[in-house]
Amino acid sequence: MKTIAVIDYGMGNLRSVAKALEHVAAPGTRIDVTSDPERVYRADRVVFPGQGAARDCMRELQSRGLDEVVLECSRQKPFLGICMGMQVLMEFSEENAGTDCLGIYSGKVLYFGDDLTDSVSGLRLKIPHMGWNQIHQAQPHPLWKDIDQDSRFYFVHSYYVQPDDTGLIAGETHYGRVFTSVIARDNVFAIQAHPEKSAAAGLQLLSNFSRWNGETQT
Amino acid sequence: MGLAKRIIPCLDVDNGRVVKGVQFVDIRDAGDPVEVARRYDREGADEITFLDITASSDDRETMVHVVEEVAAEVFIPLTVGGGIRTLEDIRRMLNAGADKVAINTAAVFRPEFVREATERFGSQCIVVAIDAKQVNEKGEEPRWEIFTHGGRKPTGIDAIDWARKMVDYGAGELLVTSMDRDGTKIGFDLPLTRAISDAVSVPVIASGGVGNLEHLAEGVLEGAADAVLAASIFHFAEYSIHEAKERMAAAGIEMRL
Repeated sequence: MKTIAVIDYGMGNLRSVAKALEHVAAPGTRIDVTSDPERVYRADRVVFPGQGAARDCMRELQSRGLDEVVLECSRQKPFLGICMGMQVLMEFSEENAGTDCLGIYSGKVLYFGDDLTDSVSGLRLKIPHMGWNQIHQAQPHPLWKDIDQDSRFYFVHSYYVQPDDTGLIAGETHYGRVFTSVIARDNVFAIQAHPEKSAAAGLQLLSNFSRWNGETQT
Repeated sequence: MGLAKRIIPCLDVDNGRVVKGVQFVDIRDAGDPVEVARRYDREGADEITFLDITASSDDRETMVHVVEEVAAEVFIPLTVGGGIRTLEDIRRMLNAGADKVAINTAAVFRPEFVREATERFGSQCIVVAIDAKQVNEKGEEPRWEIFTHGGRKPTGIDAIDWARKMVDYGAGELLVTSMDRDGTKIGFDLPLTRAISDAVSVPVIASGGVGNLEHLAEGVLEGAADAVLAASIFHFAEYSIHEAKERMAAAGIEMRL
């Protein structure tokens, strides 16, 4: 039996992620929502979800000894970061007056800004960026299998990732500006949107992840 | 290309059953929240809101089970409102699978509750529901006040000031219902929606008064709403959600189709 660990570090609701995975995972897959580092190490695949603020997220990870696990697993096995679980992979977030993150990739997490306007209409855009927006697939990837180019996913966030290495960018989204909504490298895929709340496209992505061997060839 | 405006069907749930006469010929049990939610999801609903109108707080536990069952099968955002009074109420709903909770009366009684809730759970899951009624005399500048008890009890609080205050306290979204329009089917109170949307930085959901699909489009185009909420026009299958989205898209509004 294969296991997907959903890392539970006390930040918000993991039930949706677990339920969506149970709904679509390859037969014989066990979904293990856990805060036990050993169980995360033993899993075949790892999902790193998250919501809330960057500083709380980092503090909870560190206090539970899960930061090391995330670093290790991000080098070894199919790894899916979601929302805050994408942002903290970077070096630094502007949130909470500046928060040092895990630094797996060089780059920052930036605030959208209070003066964000729509480039076409000139209207002021609301923060958080909340609702269904398109993800433009910037490179082929096994996790995009059977998902249409520019499909809509559900987002809710006020900060976005800006990687130094543009080769990491696997998806882009437009909200007042073009921002990186998906990064991918080797066995890691991380998405700003919530696939567990993104209806058919999101379920397809989770299904693809549950069958992914961690290689990037499509 | 960009963020789509949202259509949110709203279901009133009393003791675990959908009420206010949802009528679909192709649904076996129109009172079953899971079946109705699945149907709306298939039609392309962008989110679903459940309003718990259960009178007795002893029966509130039923709503937790409803949310659990829906969340196991419907993978779009779910909001629960009605009877959310404590941090424990919120925790239970989120753990059951809700993505957001809507706080209404409890915020009016004690605004600090909103701050505590957003600090504990994050702004992204706290919606403040604002029930407002127009109170100015004829010929005066429009002014709206917050009402409680289903629009019967005035509070003396100015609706625009209140909206700003709730956002300062951390609300991630505002659900604005015109108590003048609720149930009338003559359209949203567009000046109210617009005034609140212009006053705050967070998304605003327009609610109260929808009778046809033009009303939904007006909510976005004239009311500057980021999402529109409606109940009866979808429940009685007068219009499908897909139809509503196509009509809004034809009016030039970005939609998820």
